[in-house]
Amino acid sequence: MNMPIDNAALDALIRQRLDEILPQKLEELKAAKTPSMTIIATKGTLDWAYPPFILASTAAALGWDVSIFFTFYGLNLLKKDISDLKVSPLGNPGMPMKMPFGPDWFKGINWNIPNLIQAGIPGFESMATMLMKQTIKNNGVASIEELRSLSQEADVKFIGCQMTVDLFGFTHGDFIDGVEYAGAATFLPQAQQADVSLYM
Amino acid sequence: MNFDKELDAKGLNCPLPILRAKKALAEMTSGQVLRIMATDPGSVKDFAAFAKQTGNELLSTAEQGKEYEFFIKRK
Repeated sequence: MNMPIDNAALDALIRQRLDEILPQKLEELKAAKTPSMTIIATKGTLDWAYPPFILASTAAALGWDVSIFFTFYGLNLLKKDISDLKVSPLGNPGMPMKMPFGPDWFKGINWNIPNLIQAGIPGFESMATMLMKQTIKNNGVASIEELRSLSQEADVKFIGCQMTVDLFGFTHGDFIDGVEYAGAATFLPQAQQADVSLYM
Repeated sequence: MNFDKELDAKGLNCPLPILRAKKALAEMTSGQVLRIMATDPGSVKDFAAFAKQTGNELLSTAEQGKEYEFFIKRK
């Protein structure tokens, strides 16, 4: 003989219990989950080399799982020798042009050099890069080499875009060890699961 | 305050003080205290956030002129 089941009462009971248990359970799950971040690094200049490596190394220090997908010009950041990364003030009106040496009044001057003149002076980029590197040093900011190796030591995963490797005529030998090579189909599922996903 | 290890992060800028602190803490045992000296004004907020996120306890923060001193207890 079947007992009649009072579905409405059962539902109400379940709902009430769920309201009691669920918030705590969700908190527990959230606390137990390791946060994760994926970054797409697309730029290959000295200035833009900083954001991915700063955030990746810091996130790793916070205990996060981190992977960086290097594509297009971002692949330059994986080269064995990155001492030749440059910064270009040309067409970059946001970049302060200040001297990293001399008396304070001199260092405070923002040299407003028109694009046309910047473009016409041979070696202008190299000079700007040299000045930028000195400024970085003066301010106790880490070098890209240092941040990159700190990221690797902290198990940040480096993924190189195989398509760009082919497109730009690179070989895997051009890059540091410990890089995986893959494509968009590898990155996207990782990004889907990540708590933070950034494009740089 | 008593401490077991000292980290001089003076002159270093973001994110190096945090990265060095993380490394120093990794070499310590649970309950030990790390003293950190820094000059980066951003480190005050950063060390508070670092402690909160990693579960290592920030015992104290002090400021003397342009120098900052932190005591962090290893989780």
